[in-house]
Amino acid sequence: MNPYFFYAFATITVLMVVLMILQKNPITGAMCLIVSFFSLAGLYVLLEAHFIAVLQILVYAGAIMVLFIFVIMFLNLKKEDLKTGRRPFYQFAALIASGALVTFLVVQYTKIPPVSFPESVAGFGTVEAIGSLMFSKYVIAFEVIGLLLLVGIIGAVLLGKKENHD
Amino acid sequence: MHPRSVDFEIHMHVSIHHYLVLAAVLFCLGLLGVIIQRNILIMLMCIEVLMNSINLTFIALARYYNQVDGHLVAIFVMAIAAVEAAIGLGIVISLFRNRQSIDINDFNSMRG
Repeated sequence: MNPYFFYAFATITVLMVVLMILQKNPITGAMCLIVSFFSLAGLYVLLEAHFIAVLQILVYAGAIMVLFIFVIMFLNLKKEDLKTGRRPFYQFAALIASGALVTFLVVQYTKIPPVSFPESVAGFGTVEAIGSLMFSKYVIAFEVIGLLLLVGIIGAVLLGKKENHD
Repeated sequence: MHPRSVDFEIHMHVSIHHYLVLAAVLFCLGLLGVIIQRNILIMLMCIEVLMNSINLTFIALARYYNQVDGHLVAIFVMAIAAVEAAIGLGIVISLFRNRQSIDINDFNSMRG
């Protein structure tokens, strides 16, 4: 595993997320997020999760972000719609709280001995390995996810429907 | 325990730490975004970043333990993220239709 690739992808991911949370314009934020999802897919490839990397690009960058951009264009926001109230105290408190959380997590994680990754077993992360596990050990979770998607479709249709008061 | 100097000597060697710390940083950035952003669309995008950082943790640990189970969890998280985005954006559309605003401060009619 080339460390330069890790550092490049990690830098792009963090930079784009920082740019997104400082954005006022949702379209620019969505574009930053798409770039960050692509570099996360690169990190998944470095971790030999090739199928997940493909799914990351197809589902996140392809489907979810297109849905976001579609809704942003559908709302047809004006310049004055993008103006939001500022709360400096909230922002300061949030900065301190997330700084404390990241310090705590880093301290906890570095208690794990820093061993390098072991040699991966043959067929690690392939569609075959994931599929055979999904339809044996995790078959109930798979069915429940299918049900959840159905509920999501019905909910989205009901929420997006124009109400008729007659 | 490993002495501190060892960490710096193997600095150019990517270990599980690097991925876990990156995931922690991404999680906190997403959380920060949810709190400081007042634009409801960007808040939803920050929730996607939170889910992605969880996925990164699972996939790094799956590689560490050489087991594919973490990849399965990542797929389920992706499905949940898709449902959450669809429902959340549906809510945003109906809120915008009623209030003509995407500022979270304007949606306070249920505040006690």
